[in-house]
Amino acid sequence: MTAAGYARALDLITRVRGVRGAMLVAGDDGLVIAEQLMEGIKGAALAALAASLGHKLRRAMEGAGVGAGQFWHLQAEQGALLVVPADSGVLVVAVADPDVNVGLVRLELLRAAGSVG
Amino acid sequence: MTARAVEPWTLGPLQNFVKEAAARLVLLLTPAGQVLAQSGFAHAVDVMAAAALSAAINASTAELAKQLRQSPFAALNHQGQGHGIFLGGLKTGRGPLLLLAVYDLDVSSLGLVQLFFEQFTTEIQAASPKEAVQKQVLAADFERELSESLDALFGR
Repeated sequence: MTAAGYARALDLITRVRGVRGAMLVAGDDGLVIAEQLMEGIKGAALAALAASLGHKLRRAMEGAGVGAGQFWHLQAEQGALLVVPADSGVLVVAVADPDVNVGLVRLELLRAAGSVG
Repeated sequence: MTARAVEPWTLGPLQNFVKEAAARLVLLLTPAGQVLAQSGFAHAVDVMAAAALSAAINASTAELAKQLRQSPFAALNHQGQGHGIFLGGLKTGRGPLLLLAVYDLDVSSLGLVQLFFEQFTTEIQAASPKEAVQKQVLAADFERELSESLDALFGR
């Protein structure tokens, strides 16, 4: 996939009202592949910590015998973190307002994950 | 995991880095290979070997960058199947320093190590003495100083 392709995948997510930013993260390394973030969001930190969290969640889910995670939604007081892991190991991450339409963001994250592969 | 330092001002930032980045082995040294602090090493010989090799890698990559007419590389990373090795350079009031970190891929990642290396750099710059230690190293003192450093690093 080209850089333009990554940008298109992220466009789909950031177009949703209430989404503050989206990024593609290398799941193994925690490094940013592509990002579209509002000012003030620390992309590198978010990528590293989201990948670390994803790694721990994956192990927890394996331990629980429920298979691989397909969608993670972490709700905080001032916002939400939503993640869909793609088959390739890339994490599609969105940072959103607390009252965002989670269903719509999830749909776009899954679509982006499908196009990333 | 026990962290030990020859120069006490390095200890706090080093302990924070080890904890946050979940690094297995960490070495803080000068580009010449003089060790200031370590965490996770069990034997003095391992520290000496790792310090010498890190200094050599840093010198090689600096020369490579020079040949390419580039400024020296800020950091380099080697990644294997089970673990990664990160070597990053930073500037302090004490002069330039290197940080070597070995991390397990099942508990850490390059992204985490890079992230907390930035934090470590900020903390160590704030903690470092404002003037570099300009001390002539005499051959006669070398062995004694090395021995004292290793005693400090391994609590002997």
